[in-house]
Amino acid sequence: MDGPASILVVHAHPYPGASRAGRVLLAALEGLPETELRELYSRYPDFDVDALAEREALGRAGLVVWMHPLHWYGVPSLLARWFETVLAKGWAYGEGGTALAGKDCLWAVTTGGDTVAYSPAGRHHRPFADFAPPVEGIARYCGMNWLEPFVVHGAHAIPDVALAAQAHALRARLEAWQAGRR
Amino acid sequence: MTEAIVFLAAAVIVVPIAARLKLGSVLGYLLAGAAIGPWGLALIGDVSHTLHLAELGVVLMLFVIGLELDPARLAGMRREVFGGGSLQLAACGAVLVGALLAFGLPWQAALVAGLALALSSTATAVQTMVERNELATPTGRTAFAILLFQDIAAIPLIALVPLLAAGGAAPGEAGWERFALAFAAVAGVVVIGRYLTRPAMRLVARTGVRELFTAFALLLVVGIAQLMTAAGLSMALGAFLAGVLLAGSEYRHALESDIEPFKGLLLGLFFIAVGMTIDFGLVASRPGLVLALVAGFLAVKAAALWAVARALGVTARQRVLFAILLAQGGEFAFVVFASARGAGLLAREWEALLTLAVALSMALTPLVLLAHDRWLCRRAEGARAADAIDEEAPVIIAGFGRFGQIVGRLLFANGVRAVVLDHDPDQIEMLRRFGYKVFYGDATRLDLLRAAGADRARLLVDAIDDVDASLALVDRARASFPGLPILARARNVSHYFELRLRGVTVIERETFESALRAGRAALEALGVDAFRAREMADAFRRHNLATLEATLPHYQDETRMLNAVKAGREELERLFAKDRERFERERARGGEEWR
Repeated sequence: MDGPASILVVHAHPYPGASRAGRVLLAALEGLPETELRELYSRYPDFDVDALAEREALGRAGLVVWMHPLHWYGVPSLLARWFETVLAKGWAYGEGGTALAGKDCLWAVTTGGDTVAYSPAGRHHRPFADFAPPVEGIARYCGMNWLEPFVVHGAHAIPDVALAAQAHALRARLEAWQAGRR
Repeated sequence: MTEAIVFLAAAVIVVPIAARLKLGSVLGYLLAGAAIGPWGLALIGDVSHTLHLAELGVVLMLFVIGLELDPARLAGMRREVFGGGSLQLAACGAVLVGALLAFGLPWQAALVAGLALALSSTATAVQTMVERNELATPTGRTAFAILLFQDIAAIPLIALVPLLAAGGAAPGEAGWERFALAFAAVAGVVVIGRYLTRPAMRLVARTGVRELFTAFALLLVVGIAQLMTAAGLSMALGAFLAGVLLAGSEYRHALESDIEPFKGLLLGLFFIAVGMTIDFGLVASRPGLVLALVAGFLAVKAAALWAVARALGVTARQRVLFAILLAQGGEFAFVVFASARGAGLLAREWEALLTLAVALSMALTPLVLLAHDRWLCRRAEGARAADAIDEEAPVIIAGFGRFGQIVGRLLFANGVRAVVLDHDPDQIEMLRRFGYKVFYGDATRLDLLRAAGADRARLLVDAIDDVDASLALVDRARASFPGLPILARARNVSHYFELRLRGVTVIERETFESALRAGRAALEALGVDAFRAREMADAFRRHNLATLEATLPHYQDETRMLNAVKAGREELERLFAKDRERFERERARGGEEWR
């Protein structure tokens, strides 16, 4: 394998202090070598995303993790803002825009609804996979490799034990990815 | 040369001790003077010569104060100066003249001495107010207006002495001549200050020889003082006038920072000289009489001032402070007493006694103020004990003016409790009524911080407007409560740097954010899309902060040594250049971000 073994976790939750799932998942990532966490809402509460600083962080990473709760079938507004300002033409796509090409991208998303809600008969009328394409499209448009998304359903109601298992699984995936790089 | 060593050494040794004991520098200098004067170690013989030279300190002080008051603001004080001043002089004069008559003085002597005692010490009162950051408050302004009037009134008072002694020779022609002379002198000062000084300063500044500018500034003030003396007017008044006329000029800051050290030293010398005049022989031989005289004088005058304060609209909480600030006798009294004795109006014994009383009253001013603060502090703490056992407030806000108030109100609106420290009793009364927990006093005092719960609080908001006090608070808090996080308000860039060097990381420059908003609005007015303008402002803030941080290491080496005012200006110029540079560079590097 090629490229750096560093991981960049871009986490977007407006109230990280109030998010149980987010807290447990992030805690599981603590101590991973060469892993940088950027909490967007703590870093840019005024939405004044520092595009240059973000691009520098992206440049260091071989794997980019976009981690957030699903808001209205999409990303929280600050992450959308992050996409708009950081992934600029000539840098992330378009002529000469190859900064992200070849990097791996993992979408780590938590949802309120469970697998029943995300089914043709459920509240959302579609399986969850139907909601992935917009985010997947962003990664692919920038030339990134789209990895199998990591999804935690029913994040409000999931029992502690199950959540811990999910967090463990996430860490295992990142460790496996790093092992593949070395 | 040896005299200079004695003065400097006395000041360097005694004043820091007095400051440490919270007695204020005025009392420190007075004590230093007493120590080296004829009644102490007798190191200096010629007191009156020193006093004369040191009067320049008072002159320079009024010049610097004048620099901070432009003519428009002075015109706004007209009523306070003439109305308030004449009321104070009439009230205090009447009471004191009456008291002296009761002591059996002939009416001429009682009139002259009583009016002289009614004057206060501009040097003591203003220096004290500056140290307490009181000059800008309404009470401070009223007091200052009265001191100004006294400076004007002192001249006819001194002129009155020979008239009374001679048994009332008609002023006649000589009077007219003197009036014309005085008028011409004032007109001369206006012409010099308004029309001649600026071009002259431009010429001097162009030579590029730094000390020449300082020499010119001193020459200007001393020259004006001399002109006023020649015309029989107050030197200090002339210097004040010149200061006011130059307040709007581009050289204001340069003048201020050049004169400042001379002013400080000579003012110190002035207080030293006053300290030397204290006749301890007389104190020792008739302690009872001296004590009664000083106490009686201060009590009578303070009572009259208290009544005047009421009439002048000084708020109830501030009246005692006002009375204490102006109760002491002034430097003009020395002159009046001496000339009254020379003219045969005042017996030698009375002259000595009254001079002593005035000098001692100056020395007592800082002590009485200290007692007053203690008393207020105790009252404030007493009130706290009465609210009792409410849960501890996690935040301490030091300074509750325009800045601290908004911080505090945001916190309170969201149910966060805060203890407020401020030194304006009126403010405190109002806040108390709204249920705030407020402590009166100097927030840099350790006992007050402790009483406010600094050892348990989770955050200290340093919103004090005075830069020195703000830094003193940070120093104290860092030393005594190392675990307490500090959020600070910075007045300007050099203040920001000083805070950073003290390890404060959360700093808000007081006008930066609002000015940025105004800049955004300006861009919008020029047709830039609102959100784009916001992005531009965001980028500007980021660059500006990065530049500040990048400049920080250099700040310590060079800039810190310079005078704070000058440092602020030069820092600003440097930042302008850097901002531009960085902007251009990153625009080139960032591609899309800067269209």
